Amino acid sequence: MDFATFMIKVSYFVAAVLFIIGLKRMSSPKTARGGILWAGWGMVLATVVTFFWPGLSFGNIVLIIIGIALGGGIAWWTGKKVAMTDMPQMIALYNGMGGGAAGAIAAVTLYKGSPESLTVGFLAVLGGLIGSVSFSGSMIAFAKLQGWMNKPIRFKTINQVNAALLLSAFIIGMFLLGNYSAHGTLVTVFFLLALVAGIMLTSPIGGADMPVVISLYNALTGLAVAFKGFVLDNEAMIIAGTVVGAAGTLLTQLMAKAMNRSLASVLFSAFGDESVDSGEVEGTMKPIESSDAGIMMAFADRVIIIPGYGLAVAQAQHKVWELTQMLREKGVKVSFAIHPVAGRMPGHMNVLLAEAGVPYDLIFDLDEINSDFEKTDVVLVIGANDVVNPVARTDPSSPIYGMPILNADKARNVIVIKRGKGKGFSGIENRLFYLDNTRMLYGDGQAAVAELIQAVKAS
Amino acid sequence: MIGGIEGFFIALYIFMLAAFTGYEIIAKVPVILHTPLMSGSNFVHGIVLVGCMVALGKADSTLGQVIGFIGVVLGAGNAVGGYVVTERMLEMFKSSGERK
Repeated sequence: MDFATFMIKVSYFVAAVLFIIGLKRMSSPKTARGGILWAGWGMVLATVVTFFWPGLSFGNIVLIIIGIALGGGIAWWTGKKVAMTDMPQMIALYNGMGGGAAGAIAAVTLYKGSPESLTVGFLAVLGGLIGSVSFSGSMIAFAKLQGWMNKPIRFKTINQVNAALLLSAFIIGMFLLGNYSAHGTLVTVFFLLALVAGIMLTSPIGGADMPVVISLYNALTGLAVAFKGFVLDNEAMIIAGTVVGAAGTLLTQLMAKAMNRSLASVLFSAFGDESVDSGEVEGTMKPIESSDAGIMMAFADRVIIIPGYGLAVAQAQHKVWELTQMLREKGVKVSFAIHPVAGRMPGHMNVLLAEAGVPYDLIFDLDEINSDFEKTDVVLVIGANDVVNPVARTDPSSPIYGMPILNADKARNVIVIKRGKGKGFSGIENRLFYLDNTRMLYGDGQAAVAELIQAVKAS
Repeated sequence: MIGGIEGFFIALYIFMLAAFTGYEIIAKVPVILHTPLMSGSNFVHGIVLVGCMVALGKADSTLGQVIGFIGVVLGAGNAVGGYVVTERMLEMFKSSGERK
């Protein structure tokens, strides 16, 4: 082994360690900010030493630099510019790029030469298949979340068609194992089938389920990268890819669990954005003026705020934090209760609140806070609906029955800020709004919170 | 590395251990960090860039160069974009103490 190769191997080892430490630190709020830096340095190190890989031609090195500048430049610019609310689709986009890159490595391998061994060939084919599916699937997820693709492709036998697509791609891939470059056309067919499968798999999935799917593709890309690492004898890719593949799989399961959905039902039943009919609810919704609501909160001992995605749509996060600070000055204990699916994906609402300046130690998730509602004077619900609907606990015939909810109905008073009398994402009437201890504060989220601030100030 | 039978088993062990590492790392992650962590792990598989660099660097046909170049562009996009959005999200996570 020459010196350059030795240094590359050492650097890859260090990079792999940095990735693992970085990810570990990213899984706790206290150390998360440093975590991405650790991983970032690992990436810089691995990239720089790769330029010294033996046997790279000068002309191609120039192309590499142009490619990095181009891809990195565009990604840097879009990543800096994107609004926090659009984060889910950006993650899908960058993830798709990674899948595409893994697919590209597979294409380079498959169009040229024959495999060193059966195992190497098998991993090259499998990595290419997974990478391509992840690429086209993530791009569709991006397009759907960005609102570029509103008509899902759906038909009765879509699952069978998808299975047939994947199976035929796999069989062709196995056929290529003997000597792949001898069958250039078949290689092309192999990639086309995989790409179409990714499109068809993702297209029927509704917007609400998309985060789970993006997370799954994230795990798949990791796996594809690991397989390519075995093919290329690249330890950094093997370790980083496998770690992400496993972590991503677990994260996908955690997300699906938080949303009360099984992975299978997300992938194969296409619910996500269909509306359901549900029975009428007895009683009326009782309105409240913002001045009364403000007084109620100012004189409470304990207030819990439940934000939903409607809050982010109304851009009311900053106002809510202002209201919180004001209440805290008056000696009110204020906490935020976040349902796992409060944003557009698990954890997204925390990011949006963090952007407004809310410290993370005021924010609690469902398990931490659900027993506190009984001791709470006022619950303020802003832009959340299904996640506080008590029918999930009480009515077995409801489509959301069994979903873990925030028990807002157990608080002494509930104030709901709502634009109109519409139903939630699932299309189900919310019984919480009809309870005796619930008052409705109608209006745009931001304007309503501004009025509350005035009312608290005056009291 | 995975040519011979011995290499195959070493590779299998590496794969198994790395998979458990990934699983353990995030087994206790709180829901509040799901989004940034997904983004962060998305960044980490941007390491695919180095594979694309080698593939393009050693390409000896126009087709190989074209595919390799696309790979490098996509891989760099994955790494840089993943880093930028993760860093932006995590930068905002502060506790009450740090704000004052």
